[in-house]
Amino acid sequence: MKTTLLRDRHERLGARFAPFAGYDMPIQYPSGAIEEHRLTRRSVGLFDIDHMGQVMVSGTGAGKALSVLVSGRILDMKTNEARYSLLLDEEGFVLDDLFIYRLGEEEWFVVVNASNREADFARLRGLIPASVSVRDLSDETYMIAVQGPRAVELLDALSGGSLSATPRFSMTEATVSSVPCRMGRTGYTGEDGAELFYPAARAGELWDALLEKAAALGIEAGAVGLAARDSLRFEAGMPLHGHEISPSINPLEALLGWACDWEKDFVGKTSLLRLKAAGLERKLVTLNVSGGVPREGYAVTDREGNGIGACVAGMFCPTVQTYSANAFVPPALAAVGTELAVSIRGAAKPAVVAKRPLYIPAYRR
Amino acid sequence: MKIDTEARYAKSHEWARKDGAELVVGISDHAQHSLGDIVYVDLPKVGANFAKGAAFGVVESVKAASDLYLPVAGKITAVNGALAESSDLINKDCYGQGWIVRLAPADAAEWESLLSPEDYEKIAAED
Repeated sequence: MKTTLLRDRHERLGARFAPFAGYDMPIQYPSGAIEEHRLTRRSVGLFDIDHMGQVMVSGTGAGKALSVLVSGRILDMKTNEARYSLLLDEEGFVLDDLFIYRLGEEEWFVVVNASNREADFARLRGLIPASVSVRDLSDETYMIAVQGPRAVELLDALSGGSLSATPRFSMTEATVSSVPCRMGRTGYTGEDGAELFYPAARAGELWDALLEKAAALGIEAGAVGLAARDSLRFEAGMPLHGHEISPSINPLEALLGWACDWEKDFVGKTSLLRLKAAGLERKLVTLNVSGGVPREGYAVTDREGNGIGACVAGMFCPTVQTYSANAFVPPALAAVGTELAVSIRGAAKPAVVAKRPLYIPAYRR
Repeated sequence: MKIDTEARYAKSHEWARKDGAELVVGISDHAQHSLGDIVYVDLPKVGANFAKGAAFGVVESVKAASDLYLPVAGKITAVNGALAESSDLINKDCYGQGWIVRLAPADAAEWESLLSPEDYEKIAAED
């Protein structure tokens, strides 16, 4: 089992650890997952997400080669712009979701999920011509996220105002408390803030500097584990690999058609167009449930008790105060307000299709 | 780990404290700490009868659902309705405001056979 370079910090904070994607990761700290969630919504949460991978695709023809392998439009991106995209297989299923930054004319920085790091790298390397450089930068690059309504203020204070000068969904290079960083003004919580990429050798130094600066400025900030990261992304309607997206889920049913550029060629497009023409068999919905906590794997039924699907994720949502699940159900039963049921310990509990997302992300407000 | 020295305990981490002829039942500080934030409690119906060790309810934490086992046989005389709105009372005050049910024991002597606070503390420390 791998650990991240901030392991000693997490241990000192009293974190509880659990395996995730081959890493023993901090799941929560002593204040608890719900308080960490709320801290991120009201001020600043710090996330050690170094388990995530980074791949650099560069050289003549890099953009064209990458464009064919990912679902979204990328060739019109400006330098430093960032965009969400999907890595699909030939059948149109989702192998992974990616954040792609264009760092230069032929320089593309791709952020991949921890569990897919090796597979994504192998796929990109295998399908991109050898004349284009594809490098796995995951080991030398440290990755943390700083998220929350005061995250920009905190990062500005350590970087001479660099982050507030950076538009949403774009990258800036800055020295953050003497550490050379790439800051992407994005995140996975529904809050403003940034994801930071910097030399792994300085992993702890920058983490400490952020907490110290927050304390000095009177900005409430603290470490947040993977449990709260999950509830934050869930409320904000963001997919998690292995739940709302997976190699047995296509982007159309996962409501990610917007991340597909139908005007270009990409792997999986032909299959998706066929699926589109045939009509979807199921669609992702968010359900608000009463009478228990819905969880992954729980059956979803219609009001007559007929099985129609299953929950792919479910939890108590601390900010919106609901017990909610994501599930795939037939499109005819996917309209907001449709009354369904979720089976919790053998009992059918009332569930209503809710408007997504439960929590409007900062960038859409 | 906090221990209520007036209560007796089950190996499954519930406590029972005498209150007149009845028993008040909850989960231990060790249990609430291990579970983490409690977000939902499934309570039994008042008047229901349970055998010793029977599952009488469920506490749901952020990540998992766990059965509650009754330390002694008896009939439920009251449930803590405050938990419906504030299940975190179990995290905040597991021996006080976070109590779960009140019970009329079938056999008043059964309580004596539960673990003493000292014995439970040892078991919990090794858990």
